[in-house]
Amino acid sequence: MHSNEIQDQIVEEFEIFDDWMDKYNYLIDLSKSLPIIDEKYKKPEYLIEGCQSRVWLRADMENGRVVYTADSDAVITKGIISLLIRVMSGRQPEEIINIDLYFIDKTGLKENLSPTRSNGLVSMIKQMKLYALAYQAKARKNN
Amino acid sequence: MAFNINKIRDDFPILQQQVHNKPFVYFDNAATTQKPLKVIERMDKVYRETNSNIHRGVHHLSDITTRDFEQARETVRSFINARHDHEIIFTPGTTAGVNLVAFSFGEKFVGEGDEIIISAMEHHANIVPWQMLCERKGAKLRVIPMNDDGELILDEYEKLLSSRTRIVAVTHVANSIGTVNPVKQIIKTAHRLGVPVLVDGAQAVQHGRVDVQELGADFYVFSGHKMYGPTGIGAVYGREEILEEIPPYQTGGEMVDQVTFEKTTFNRLPFKFEAGTPNYTGAIGMAAAIEYLQETGLEEIAAHEKDLLEYGTGCLSEIGELYLFGRAKEKISVLSFVLEDIHPYDAGMIIDKYGIAVRTGTHCAQPVMDRFGIRGTIRASLAFYNTREEIDRLCQAIRKVIQMFK
Repeated sequence: MHSNEIQDQIVEEFEIFDDWMDKYNYLIDLSKSLPIIDEKYKKPEYLIEGCQSRVWLRADMENGRVVYTADSDAVITKGIISLLIRVMSGRQPEEIINIDLYFIDKTGLKENLSPTRSNGLVSMIKQMKLYALAYQAKARKNN
Repeated sequence: MAFNINKIRDDFPILQQQVHNKPFVYFDNAATTQKPLKVIERMDKVYRETNSNIHRGVHHLSDITTRDFEQARETVRSFINARHDHEIIFTPGTTAGVNLVAFSFGEKFVGEGDEIIISAMEHHANIVPWQMLCERKGAKLRVIPMNDDGELILDEYEKLLSSRTRIVAVTHVANSIGTVNPVKQIIKTAHRLGVPVLVDGAQAVQHGRVDVQELGADFYVFSGHKMYGPTGIGAVYGREEILEEIPPYQTGGEMVDQVTFEKTTFNRLPFKFEAGTPNYTGAIGMAAAIEYLQETGLEEIAAHEKDLLEYGTGCLSEIGELYLFGRAKEKISVLSFVLEDIHPYDAGMIIDKYGIAVRTGTHCAQPVMDRFGIRGTIRASLAFYNTREEIDRLCQAIRKVIQMFK
């Protein structure tokens, strides 16, 4: 499925909820489906700066596709990363680099996260794209 | 004047709004306080009617603004009972004030092998400037430890004091956990060895009467915006004798006497420490805030806040999964806590959706969090315009948070 189709799905899922409490409850549910990073990688090299909660993120290359795993000590943050992974994981680096993540605006996730919190979100997305970029560069070098 | 909470709340327009369709509850007063109409209108009047640069103008409006600015200095002086107007230096805030003292005092009095004492409950603003000074001069930083209740261990403090100690810099009230330190005693102990003391008063002046002469403080530093005044203004009180001895911090216009390309001589106090155009509108706004506090009554404010602290402590203590940090016998109305197995950030986001503003994280006091072995707290810092009903709403929101994350 194209990443935009998944984004549209997510937007639709969030439209069902009128109340922000329900949206947060949904994020709490989503946090349980996050592909969790192996415990041995939960060290400073994999920590993303700029979040109030700690976020660890790792990317592996599997058959030409980038697969992400992550974890956080905050549940809502985990819910948000699980959405990012749902959209971005398992794709070729080039596609990941070019994804326009419009679902964050359309679900209201952006406006409902204050600037410092959004900064954490921005750092996460940036790190995910950087991993894709690194794998792309590596692949080109090997060719 | 009797303490009338409804009238007081009417004085703060920002409190009248709804946030997320709920009546707004502002519990982030240790970060910054809201502004009464008196302050807003006073600053509005400066910009509408009298704005002109001060001290050097020969024209009518410059005279008025100069007079108002110097009157603001007198208001600040009288507020903390300093001896002289020229012992009050306007700065952009507490951080700038501590930096001023750390630099100017350090230039004159701190050398290699000397020691500076701070405490375990300082805000980063009263740690880092001293750390930088120590690095520049090859001096050492010593830290007064605290106990599990969040009180300084004074026996340890006495052991730290030595002939190498050049200055003691302690907070009057801890921003992260609300402890009120026995600064009078701390100063007395230091003075026995002839060591001067700087007190960070950023969290103290808005909660009760401060008298720098009675305390014996050599420096007392605070901000306007945490005492219902504007941002970008604060004050350093410095004892005249020390201020005369130490060199200027920043240099430029206003603070000079004679300038030639060979040599510059500096202006007298307090102007020696006020380089460039000062924030005169801010200073005038800060003075209006002081007048507002005095009209409301500092004793009445302290009494109401004490009631809020006791009520809030009781209300939060009834929640089983909640642990309160900062259980000092003497504390101001700050409630800093964690919820069992719930990240403060998760809790803060839900509490916000109930229209309640709290702060989560380390509160610019990472060593305090390290001391307690935690990564952050949820902090509700209460002011005299807050009410018991608002505390009830916070407790309800916390119960909801616990329910959601269980």
